[in-house]
Amino acid sequence: MSIVLPGEQVPAQHVNLKLGPGLLQLSSETQQQAKSAPVIATRSGVLNHSANKSKWWVEGNSRRYVPAPQESVIGVITGRSGEGWRVDIGAAHPASLDGLAFEGATKRNKPSLKVGSLIYARVSLAHKDMEPELECFDAQTHKADGFGELKDGFVLQCSLQMSRLLLDPKHFLLPLLGSRFPLEAAVGINGKVWVSTKETKHTIAIVRCIEVVDPDGGGMDETNVKKFLSKLDI
Amino acid sequence: MRPPSPSIPEKKFLYDALKQSLRLDGRDMLDLRTPTFTFGPELGWVECAMGKTRVIAQLDAKMVKPLPERPFEGIITIHSEISPMASPDYEPGRPSEEEVTLTRMLDKVLRRSDAIDKESLCILAGQRVWQLRLTVHVLADAGNILDCSCLAGIVAFKHFRKPEVEVIGDEVIVHSPSERAPISLAIHHTPFCVTFAFFQDALTRPVVDPSLLEQRLSAGLMSIAMNAQREICVLHKAGGVPTAPEEILRLINVTSILVKDLDKRVEARLLEDWEGRKVEVR
Repeated sequence: MSIVLPGEQVPAQHVNLKLGPGLLQLSSETQQQAKSAPVIATRSGVLNHSANKSKWWVEGNSRRYVPAPQESVIGVITGRSGEGWRVDIGAAHPASLDGLAFEGATKRNKPSLKVGSLIYARVSLAHKDMEPELECFDAQTHKADGFGELKDGFVLQCSLQMSRLLLDPKHFLLPLLGSRFPLEAAVGINGKVWVSTKETKHTIAIVRCIEVVDPDGGGMDETNVKKFLSKLDI
Repeated sequence: MRPPSPSIPEKKFLYDALKQSLRLDGRDMLDLRTPTFTFGPELGWVECAMGKTRVIAQLDAKMVKPLPERPFEGIITIHSEISPMASPDYEPGRPSEEEVTLTRMLDKVLRRSDAIDKESLCILAGQRVWQLRLTVHVLADAGNILDCSCLAGIVAFKHFRKPEVEVIGDEVIVHSPSERAPISLAIHHTPFCVTFAFFQDALTRPVVDPSLLEQRLSAGLMSIAMNAQREICVLHKAGGVPTAPEEILRLINVTSILVKDLDKRVEARLLEDWEGRKVEVR
């Protein structure tokens, strides 16, 4: 495990190099040099790479979300702008969501979203000099793919690291909670988690469990969470 | 940028939960988050945390010439600022509404309640008095920064020790802490601030120590500052929902219980810190 700071050079070299969030390959003039151009970190955190060293990324525990393309996020509609909506996804700038970026949407038939509605969407464009753009469908198949408006339920804030942990299928928390009561959840990589259950107290139990497991807060492990859960009235 | 108001599902869920007397952090309607105090190496430096809300208060003293109209009284000044460090919702520069309320309430609770004896800060009448300067920094806002700031402020006053001074004729000798033990401030009483949040729905009872979401969705706040002797120092309710006098009396009774508990906790924690300091005088 190695820790990198912004500006630090990273020994990432591969024929088919893929860089994840927090890494940047410096531009070079010729094609020849492009392959061996140095890679630097743009964020501080732990440097990770895949087994064959083709994929590299930096994992930190920041709370501010920086949009990157193809990431699923949860956002709140803050207003209309022309044909689409402005969405707050917790980044430095509001994102824009086109009115036609939904499954089955046409000029005549657009989904009705109000200010304050929650949406689950994918970042389709994230450029450092432009506002991020979102879409609620798969651009190739035009299917919703699970994206769209989130109705009822509750959305909670957690650290970005916690939301990545929740997305990991091997993480214990969501299966553990799911074994106690039925639940629906959507995890945004921007530190927002939407949960919906039949009973209010179940939702509250989930909110509290995520809070104590969050490495930014309690950082509780599985056995302690089981004890904690048994103390809650569910 | 004004913080965007909470989303529709959040609003609906919170109101539903409160109707069933359930709170998101598992507290009862009239439960405070337990405050924790961390003291710094200096006397008069305290960090107070209530849940994820964190505030630092620092007190320092210097000698100044007193105001001509009050030659026997020391001067207390309180500085508070909410920076974007507390939450990205706050902007630097122009003070926000929350910041103005916080500054005014701190002034009312800590200074105008006459908690600190100002005359004992006088060294040489008309010539030299102590000026106490309290700086309050909000590190993280997770709701109810007012109560947390007031608590941090009063604990800083109680934790602080001023150096001993000796007056011989017109000469003032300040003894360094290594020479003579510094002395604590003369404090008449310790006011604690407790905030309640009211909701639009008539069936929802008010909650104490609101979290950030509860505070944003509340229809109004009421802050009561009271000391352990059940004396109300400040009662502040700016707008919000109309409330029956009986309800306010009930909340005042609730406050008196909470304040007694807070007072005990603060005293115990201060004593613990003082024991650990071992200030020796030879």
